[in-house]
Amino acid sequence: MLGMSLREAAAALRCGQLNPIELYQKCLSLIKETRFLNAYINVAEDVALRQATEAEKRFRQGKPLGELDGIPVAVKDNFSTANIETTCASQMLKGYIPPYNATVVQKLLDQGAVLMGKTNLDEFGMGSGSTDSIFGPVKNPWSYSKQYREKNSGSRTIADDDSDWVIAGGSSGGSAVAVSSGTCFVALGSDTGGSTRNPASHCGVVGLKPTYGLVSRHGLIPLVNSMDVPGILARCVDDVATVLGVLAGHDPLDSTTIQDPFQTFTLPDDIDVTNLCVGIPKEYHAPGLSTETLSLWSRTADLLEDAGAKVVEVSLPHTRYSIVCYHVLCTAEVASNMARFDGLEYGHRANVEDSTEAMYSATRREGFNDVVRGRILSGNFFLLKQNYEKYFLKAQKVRRLIADDFVKVFKSGVDVLLTPTTLGDAAPYEDFIQEDNRTRSAQEDVFTQCANMAGVPAITVPAGLSSRGLPLGLQFIGQAFREQQLLSVAKWFEKQMNFCPLDFYKHLENRDICQRKSNIASLL
Amino acid sequence: MWVQKTIAKCWRTAGFTRFLSSQSKVPQNPTWRIEPETEAQDSHVTPELIDHLERLALVDFRNQEGVQRLQSAVNFANQLHHVNTDGIEPLDSVLEDRALYIRGDEVTSGNCSEILLQKAKSVVEDYFVAPPGNIPLPQKENEYLSTKGEDI
Repeated sequence: MLGMSLREAAAALRCGQLNPIELYQKCLSLIKETRFLNAYINVAEDVALRQATEAEKRFRQGKPLGELDGIPVAVKDNFSTANIETTCASQMLKGYIPPYNATVVQKLLDQGAVLMGKTNLDEFGMGSGSTDSIFGPVKNPWSYSKQYREKNSGSRTIADDDSDWVIAGGSSGGSAVAVSSGTCFVALGSDTGGSTRNPASHCGVVGLKPTYGLVSRHGLIPLVNSMDVPGILARCVDDVATVLGVLAGHDPLDSTTIQDPFQTFTLPDDIDVTNLCVGIPKEYHAPGLSTETLSLWSRTADLLEDAGAKVVEVSLPHTRYSIVCYHVLCTAEVASNMARFDGLEYGHRANVEDSTEAMYSATRREGFNDVVRGRILSGNFFLLKQNYEKYFLKAQKVRRLIADDFVKVFKSGVDVLLTPTTLGDAAPYEDFIQEDNRTRSAQEDVFTQCANMAGVPAITVPAGLSSRGLPLGLQFIGQAFREQQLLSVAKWFEKQMNFCPLDFYKHLENRDICQRKSNIASLL
Repeated sequence: MWVQKTIAKCWRTAGFTRFLSSQSKVPQNPTWRIEPETEAQDSHVTPELIDHLERLALVDFRNQEGVQRLQSAVNFANQLHHVNTDGIEPLDSVLEDRALYIRGDEVTSGNCSEILLQKAKSVVEDYFVAPPGNIPLPQKENEYLSTKGEDI
């Protein structure tokens, strides 16, 4: 059995069955045993021990801070962390130590969370596989699961030389793997076009992209300002709700967070879906959707109907252009955002002193990978004086049509939308890298980026396993600032599916993983 | 107890209705097709454009593959022109109908120049140091620019 949920751990800490230092040590040794997954860029061993010790003191005095006190968490390496290196998986920021904490990181720490480390990602979050990091690709732990190994043991696809591993999804692949493999209870990701939901789906965990404006982005190194949101990855919907309660709300340091107070909520165990109207956007049967995902999607629609919900087919007519529109707006904002990296104030600086321009140019050549450079160049192309209206303004207009599609559907009485999260299960690494990053992102983000375009919340919930034994997720998209309703439906669904979490294959070199996991479980 | 019965009843009714309509609400075939990427006449990436972009973006294409990547990104973007956007206003932010938070005009932070200067590679007293300015980048002899005037 894979580790407990945050709620269970918090309860165990409260009744003294578990203490924070013990919990920290368990997670740390699991991080070390699963090093080969490459989920962490930087393990904050000493800082975390200090935090766990503080938490232990508070528990001993009977004064824990909140539900997160003593809980090991991980944070994607594009959130600024004071005194802990923050690299964005790029040469450009290697060695950069931020002088402050991102607001969301500070909020976790204020609740007593133990920050185990910073997780791996595609450079600057640009990708959908977590394969484009200067620290190497992230491996999906399901590649080493009983479920995957057993289903494929007869076929030649399982090689002994470990070349058959599948991608984690991205760009928050490290965070998804950290949660999925049990090395922490909750992880922060970021979500610009699906970067939290995509890896969550491929790694069999829950991933929430909150409404744009609900959670502060102060200290999140920006990619696309009009779409970026911090994401939450956890093992179950209840845990996501708990963490959202901690993170959500206005931040004076981020003027795009709304000022309405956020009502924290807990989800009931018995959820009634009879008064619910679920929309099935027909355009989400996109070309390339796997038959397995399609049948899972259909079965879920039936399941909802059978439980008494009203299920209706709806249309979001501009869906097919959404990924194109996203591509233009994303590269344009990237081009503008990446201008800050010039070697003068922080980060990498090339050893060229001929002229300022030559130094800038050499710094950026050495600091950015091909993907980042490619997006900067495309973005600059779309922003050229002669192209500005033709591409950039055009994309912004199409964006309004896409956002209006959602408004209309929700106005018609639909409460939430049910869609696939990805086209299919995770691809083997060797297959994935045959196509370039842009093509892959266009395929992988096809169902996820629409929610970023419209600013609405969306959550992926693990729904089942593919015939290869890999996780498949389904996505619920909700109305802006209606997270409670969205998460309720997600929890109802989670209960129906009863997804069986990752079980590591025994005959690995790290064979004591399974042993260790049952130890954690038996502590309860 | 009656809850269970109601659920069972709902289950049967819904199942029956679906049996009658004989189809799930999820469409069983793709509802659209991927269009082949076409190169519009006026969006061709020329050598002059490459040079211009490299100076603006302060990154280089590195090789012919980089140039092709831009061309294909532009071709992909051209699909936008199939959408009729007459009379539609551009959308800058999804929060456009809300007032943005504006804080009071008071100093709330500061005195951190020392900390910030520590992050720079080269400083003198309280200044960041840059190499000499106003010198344009030299003309490069790039492989992908050597076919100047010809089609790439």
